Amino acid sequence: MDGAVPLFRMEGISKRYGGVRALEKADLEVTAGSIHAILGENGAGKSTLIKTMAGVVAPDEGRMTLDGREVSFASPAAANQAGIVCIFQELSLIPELSVADNIVISDPPKRFGMIDRGAQRRIAEEALARAGASDIHPRALVKDLPLSRRQMVEIAKALARKPRILILDEATSALTAADVAKVFEVLKRLRSEGLALLYISHRMNEIAELADHCTVFRNGRNVASYKAGTKSDNEVVELMIGREYSHIFPPKPAAAPAATPVLEARNLSWADRLDNISLSVRAGEVVGLGGLDGQGQRELLLAFFGVLRGLRGEVLIDGKQASISSPKAASDDGIGMALIPEDRKTEGLMLPMTVRENLSFAALDRLAKGGIIDRAAEQRLIDDMVGLLAIKTAGLDIPVGALSGGNQQKVVIAKWLMRQPRIILLNDPTRGIDVGTKQEIYQLMRKLADQGAAILFYSTDYDELIGCCDRVLVLYDGSVKRELVGADITEHALIASALNIHGEGADMKQGAGA
Amino acid sequence: MSETTLGGIAGRMPKFIRRADPAVLTAFACIVILLLLGSLYSRSFLSPEYLLQQLKVASFLGVIATGMMLVILLGQIDLSVPWSVAAGAMMACAAAAYGPVGIALAIPFGVLCGVAIGIVNGIGVAYLRIPSMIITLATNAVAQGLMVVYTGGFSPQDSATAAMRYLATGFTIPGVPNAVIIWALIGAAMVFVLTRTSFGRAVYGIGNRERAAYLSGIDTRRIVMIAFAVSGGLSAFGGVLLAGYASKAAQSMGDAYLLPSIAAVVLGGTSILGGRGSYLGTVAGVILITLLQSILSVMQMPEAGRQIIYGVVIVAMLLLYGRAPASR
Amino acid sequence: MKDWRYLLAEQRGTLLALGIFIVMFIIYTTNHPAGFTANVVQTAANKGVLLAFVAMAQTLVVITAGIDLSVGMILLLTNCLASWLVVGTPLETTLGVIAVLAAGLVCGAINGAIVIYGRLQPIVATIATGAVYYGIGLLLRPFPGGSVNEDLADALTGKLFDVIPTSLVALLVVVLVVWVPFSRSEFGRAAYAAGSSETAAYMSGVPIRRGKFIAYALAGVLASVGGLFLTFFTYTGEAAYASGNSYTLFSIAAVVLGGVSLFGGKGSAIGAIFGALAFRTIGDLLFVFDFDPLWQPLFQGVILLIAVSLGAFALFRVRNRLEWFL
Repeated sequence: MDGAVPLFRMEGISKRYGGVRALEKADLEVTAGSIHAILGENGAGKSTLIKTMAGVVAPDEGRMTLDGREVSFASPAAANQAGIVCIFQELSLIPELSVADNIVISDPPKRFGMIDRGAQRRIAEEALARAGASDIHPRALVKDLPLSRRQMVEIAKALARKPRILILDEATSALTAADVAKVFEVLKRLRSEGLALLYISHRMNEIAELADHCTVFRNGRNVASYKAGTKSDNEVVELMIGREYSHIFPPKPAAAPAATPVLEARNLSWADRLDNISLSVRAGEVVGLGGLDGQGQRELLLAFFGVLRGLRGEVLIDGKQASISSPKAASDDGIGMALIPEDRKTEGLMLPMTVRENLSFAALDRLAKGGIIDRAAEQRLIDDMVGLLAIKTAGLDIPVGALSGGNQQKVVIAKWLMRQPRIILLNDPTRGIDVGTKQEIYQLMRKLADQGAAILFYSTDYDELIGCCDRVLVLYDGSVKRELVGADITEHALIASALNIHGEGADMKQGAGA
Repeated sequence: MSETTLGGIAGRMPKFIRRADPAVLTAFACIVILLLLGSLYSRSFLSPEYLLQQLKVASFLGVIATGMMLVILLGQIDLSVPWSVAAGAMMACAAAAYGPVGIALAIPFGVLCGVAIGIVNGIGVAYLRIPSMIITLATNAVAQGLMVVYTGGFSPQDSATAAMRYLATGFTIPGVPNAVIIWALIGAAMVFVLTRTSFGRAVYGIGNRERAAYLSGIDTRRIVMIAFAVSGGLSAFGGVLLAGYASKAAQSMGDAYLLPSIAAVVLGGTSILGGRGSYLGTVAGVILITLLQSILSVMQMPEAGRQIIYGVVIVAMLLLYGRAPASR
Repeated sequence: MKDWRYLLAEQRGTLLALGIFIVMFIIYTTNHPAGFTANVVQTAANKGVLLAFVAMAQTLVVITAGIDLSVGMILLLTNCLASWLVVGTPLETTLGVIAVLAAGLVCGAINGAIVIYGRLQPIVATIATGAVYYGIGLLLRPFPGGSVNEDLADALTGKLFDVIPTSLVALLVVVLVVWVPFSRSEFGRAAYAAGSSETAAYMSGVPIRRGKFIAYALAGVLASVGGLFLTFFTYTGEAAYASGNSYTLFSIAAVVLGGVSLFGGKGSAIGAIFGALAFRTIGDLLFVFDFDPLWQPLFQGVILLIAVSLGAFALFRVRNRLEWFL
């Protein structure tokens, strides 16, 4: 590491949760004035590593040194005191408090024992400006802000604590491209100010742009450390998964099937989020929804699924107009729709309930006769699904929350497949999931389409859209800006239309400013 | 801490006990300890007559706690129990004053009044999304107001019908009070509903995560509404039985059942946050509470002391095993 | 730039409660046989202030996303205690007042300790502690009775300069001494933060436990101030179960009317005070309209039902049904 003295060092850190080992003798060195990227599949130990650093969990063994002195943190507050601040993947903002309250929350400025609101306001404004988010009003309540703005507040909050080591855990996952650019500027400036930054991301291009050093984690250990740019993406992915990395996407069928559309929208509008959207999905087709995050993709899926009220325009099923007023109506036999929701922990699953109960939950009406569940039929269907999706679980009667993230997501998908849906809506189903499970989900999607399902697939990952979809509709500001078909689905086309740039090769800066 | 010691004991126990919830086991263990302590005071605590008498008294609370449990499983609470009980009792007795038809319909009419209160609760919670603690307090106040207006502020003079008295105090099977049989039937029905029907699954699902249940195509509002209606109906039915037991209804007869019904459900290991709990636990909780009350009154403890001991015991037992997991 | 808008949004609940109170109070006084006089205001204030103290107590706990179903019983207990202790020479009286407030503090602290350090659910825990507090009150006063330093009682329930009800001044003093410092302190903010999102607050290194504990303890103190004033009004102590229960019930109604969210993290004690005053005024409307007192429980119940249903109108503006399930 260029002979630089490490600011922070972890040696032989181990942590177990019950029988599962999350970290196994992991080592890490962090140097001041550099950006250090941590890579690894989910469950590789990255989050446990940074939680240990940030004082959220206590390690079972190993030592941590800061400036050469051994340290241990009893709480996040203690870690903050030492200058280690973490921006967590799960937002740590308090929704009912204002932006300014949140920014100074851990150490508010005080006068006569009470919080000095003037000073608080100044600190907040300064921190927001440093984070490049001065458009956010310090008095606004966090709960009124969209996700991307909240993430910026989160960054401002971290900066206000004057950290020496700043940890970003998937901190850009909810940001718009313009915000990501701003955040990168901020991070580079912080590096030049001598901060040590730890950057955790699944987005390889971000790491390529930012990182000075990379460390790859696998199975709770650091397996490789290298200078950024010395390994190709393929090599890195192989280090992460420890196996050959090829043909991640299943082959697409040669020509799009010429069936009548199963799902169709005509001039669909809702509040100020959806604007005159028309689209159609045929049986056997995988249609992607692209665009920057938060351009109305989620709302569109919820609109089809009967969750939104005050919808204008028409939804047609099999060419016939349908009015769907609840998820129950959407999943009824006549329509046969399924939605794999955005957040599996709060929308897809009941975490404390058993795998069995979760799997059959969406199909209860089919499994029950006169309200009484046919347990034999339930068991048969569950066995089929566990086999079909290769769900790895220690049993059907353990809480689904005990499964890994990837297997939880498989349960969410399986519980809907138990109804044999004809129309499948997927809302970013691979977010926060390991590479292996992702690949299985891609294959499953194609298999379902081949069996005649109509699939509408929203993803924040452009590679997925390119690899999986027959067509991609790019949304911008609540309306469909562009439709890409077959070989036209390229990264360049996706990004250009996501930024609403007209024509190929138009000036990118113009779009980024929009 | 307690889990590991319990786990050690459980290892030497038969399988069906090992699989049981430690909270339920603790509740049953406490019942045994109470009985042993009581027998030190007087031998009669272990006599079959005393135990059957306790079971009979417990069955009133048991019926009411059954409805409370259903609502608590949803993550809600029903604080309208006091006046649902009173309204059920009063209206059943009132109907009895209207000739043979009234007498015949007394019990269903009383129960229906409770169902009506429950439906108002259900509409408030499910469709208007008012916190259940608030809407049930409000309907309790309204039910009280209605009863006060109806009775003129005095205890009603109508008396219970023969059928009500028979249900509460009679014997169909020699030696087993009818009230106990009724509780057993209601309990069995509840166990069946919770474990074997899609309604029961939906109740647990909603209690765990209503959003996920809704997105899974469950008509969550209907389920919540039905649960509150059932709870109101069972409270009123408890009132009908109590009126049969005492031969008439009284103004504040339901007040003594709110805290015990909640305590019985929670002491039986049902999470007050919803989504977790078994009916067996509620049975244990009901018997436990009834025994505690009985022992205190046999010892001729004054009301003040009874309240204090009662509160302390509930807190102590909950501290023993009803605690939320530590945050770290 | 748009600061006033944010200020308005922050205070919307409180302003709404103030508005309801003013409208109700105008209806009340214009129909009162004596009209808008200092005496009418004094009587109304004395009744309203009692509930206001209890509502403030409830607010502190509700902000932390908890609930204190024992406030009414703490009020009863401290009422019974005051009827023994707040008597005699000025020094004895002062010590008595301090002892009563300390008793309230202890009750609140016990609630807080059980809920926070014992990790029990506030609903069940406070119902149970409420039974204990009621039992102790009953031990102290098996029958209504006792006395209070009447000079102090008359001074605090009378009028200042023959115009302003002293009880209102006392309420203001309590707000300035208890609520303002609390809500602006680090612990007050911790209480709000914990109520809004406990995990986020923990992640942010907020002193959650201390904030919540102080909220529960201060709630006990405020309830005991209510108990003191109850003694000043009635000159006696009485452990009446139904009265304790209705204070608890009304405190929740007042909190809801005052724009405090029962889900925690939102609202202020000022709003709850106006909610309490409004609720009391509504209850008294029956008397000025000459109704049979028999109808009063029903009337209050219906008002309560309407008040809590009003909040539901926001539902009709919700266009994404997922927002129903927070």
